[in-house]
Amino acid sequence: MKFTWFNLMPWQDLPDDFREKHRSVWVDIDSRLFDPERAHHLYNEYMDLLEYSSTLGFDGIGVNEHHQNGYGIMPSPNIIAAGLARRTKDVGLVVLGNSIALYNPPVRVAEEFAMLDCISGGRLVAGFPVGTSMDTNYCYGQIPALTREKYLEAHDLIKRAWDDPDPFAFNGRYNKLRHVNIWPRPVQKNMPVHIPGGGSVETYDFCIDNTYSYSYLSFSGYIRAKALMQGYWDRVAERNAPDDSPYRAGFAQTICVADTDVEAERLYSEHVSYFYNRCLHVHPGFADAPGYRTIKTIQSGALSQYAPPIDGYGHLSWKDLIEQGHVIAGSPETVRQRMEELIKGLRVGNIFCLMHVGNMPKDKCMYSTKLFAEKVMPKLRDMFPEYKDDNRFWCSPLVTQAKPGNLPNEQAVAQAVGGKD
Amino acid sequence: MELKTVKTHAVPVRYFEGGKGEPLVFLHGAGGLQAGDPFFAKLAEKHHVYAPLLPGYGDSEECTQIRDMLDVTLHTADVVDALGLKDPILVGHSMGGMIACEMAALAPSTVSRLGLICPAGLWLDDHPIPDLFAMLPYEMPQYLFHDVEAGTKLMTAGVALDDPEWLKGFLIMNARQMGMAGKILFPIPDRGLSQRLYRIKAKTVLVWGDGDKLIPPAYAHAFKKAIAGAELVSIAEASHMVTIEKTDQVVAALSKLG
Repeated sequence: MKFTWFNLMPWQDLPDDFREKHRSVWVDIDSRLFDPERAHHLYNEYMDLLEYSSTLGFDGIGVNEHHQNGYGIMPSPNIIAAGLARRTKDVGLVVLGNSIALYNPPVRVAEEFAMLDCISGGRLVAGFPVGTSMDTNYCYGQIPALTREKYLEAHDLIKRAWDDPDPFAFNGRYNKLRHVNIWPRPVQKNMPVHIPGGGSVETYDFCIDNTYSYSYLSFSGYIRAKALMQGYWDRVAERNAPDDSPYRAGFAQTICVADTDVEAERLYSEHVSYFYNRCLHVHPGFADAPGYRTIKTIQSGALSQYAPPIDGYGHLSWKDLIEQGHVIAGSPETVRQRMEELIKGLRVGNIFCLMHVGNMPKDKCMYSTKLFAEKVMPKLRDMFPEYKDDNRFWCSPLVTQAKPGNLPNEQAVAQAVGGKD
Repeated sequence: MELKTVKTHAVPVRYFEGGKGEPLVFLHGAGGLQAGDPFFAKLAEKHHVYAPLLPGYGDSEECTQIRDMLDVTLHTADVVDALGLKDPILVGHSMGGMIACEMAALAPSTVSRLGLICPAGLWLDDHPIPDLFAMLPYEMPQYLFHDVEAGTKLMTAGVALDDPEWLKGFLIMNARQMGMAGKILFPIPDRGLSQRLYRIKAKTVLVWGDGDKLIPPAYAHAFKKAIAGAELVSIAEASHMVTIEKTDQVVAALSKLG
């Protein structure tokens, strides 16, 4: 199993009456709610938590990209990942990912990911999302019906920019580049790639065809995810993929651990409530620009089946959120049991653990994270033993890693260069 | 009025045809065109009307090859050719008006009479057009109709949001139609038309509901200023769906074109 400690980086100070006074946490969120001085502390705290979790045995630490979003203040995950690359070792840097249709030209992603891979010594796990409609269409102005075509072209360009040792001309529809020749190049020859998807058949096929891992990043939990993931595995079988390795799939799950189930509710319910009530308050008009989904996907009925509850999350109590599986919370044993159900039920080898929730303060987050790492994760580690050597979907770091901050002292420098001072 | 099909280079095109008289091509807005549209019936009293559907509208085939404004403009010119028409009266509503303008600007000698009913295609920073693509269905009537109550009644007839099959059908229709419209309207309905309007040679009549809350009348004046000799007919107590709210007055204004 591969466990990634994932941080969305939510803004923590959305007011109590946010739902009543504001129409959306995303796209047209009120900038007056943002305080740069507070953000200074928040970014550093979130990066500290990512670094902390890397010392507890998680396989990866994860970041993602959102724009104009009150629950994800990370428009550039690469900036965060660059900081993490210097301050962590051994752990995978899961950048899930860069919305490649938004970069102009997309070789920028090939370059930045290559830089991250070089700086981190081959620890990058790359992600290429199409991007949500809110980010891609409403914030970044991409034409909905052309987004996928542009995405696929960006993907082909990035792959070739990594793989082709010689300069080449790229005459795309959206990108005209006479000399593609990125410098630097990634450490990893076969970059592990994860693709976030939301139930479209095209994305299932894209992952199967390219040997990419399919990641379902939902906030609705593992019970509602069953049909979608089953759709994926059915497709894997239908398309005669060479295997059904669980590492072909990943899932994001909100997890809170305490000594007991009761204690978990006492410690975490207000933060979970903050997340589901305020952070997921999105104007429905921004949810899905017409043309963004393919007709095939709408026809499959996937949207209604996998969508969040029709009347939103706002009314769900702690009990509802737990029972319906949106959140896995409780004692280490409760969490272990439910995680096992999740892992087996969805057949997923990659878990993106959402352990920071909403406005959770750092001490509670550290507490929950440590309990999970020490009392839950070890017991789940060896699931799917027959695929334990499947490393197609994970990074392969260099054996010898540079040590950051390792300059010689000034006296030694003076001696070495023969100077007098 | 009959629904027929004509072949074009890009895709077979569905079009409504009806009436007798001078040939008139009508290009619909982003909401599409229904068989029972009263505006169409009224136009057909004195004209031989052809109303082609953009790919993806109604039951027509989608066309992935049509991506941008030039593609749409040339495709629509192909449709006029395929219908065997030479210099018909060209009329467009909203998005259709934008396409008609582009056709008249691109090939001015092929369009000598142009009817523009609150066309899209320009952007004025002081008068931002509401984001049609972020609007919920129940929010639309207030922008589209002067008589919001009547408009709401019209727009919600047959709506069955609690029926999953109806909802799926609606989502598919919306994705097909507005997905196509988005290629030239999203996120801002400006594809550079303002720099081409000077090329239009056609006798031009602009028709505008003076209570238009989607594309406010400031745009009427911008079009009038940019198209030489254009005449503006303002219609009182009408919003963007002026063709439905004041059918007779719109048709009367267009009759100035012959």
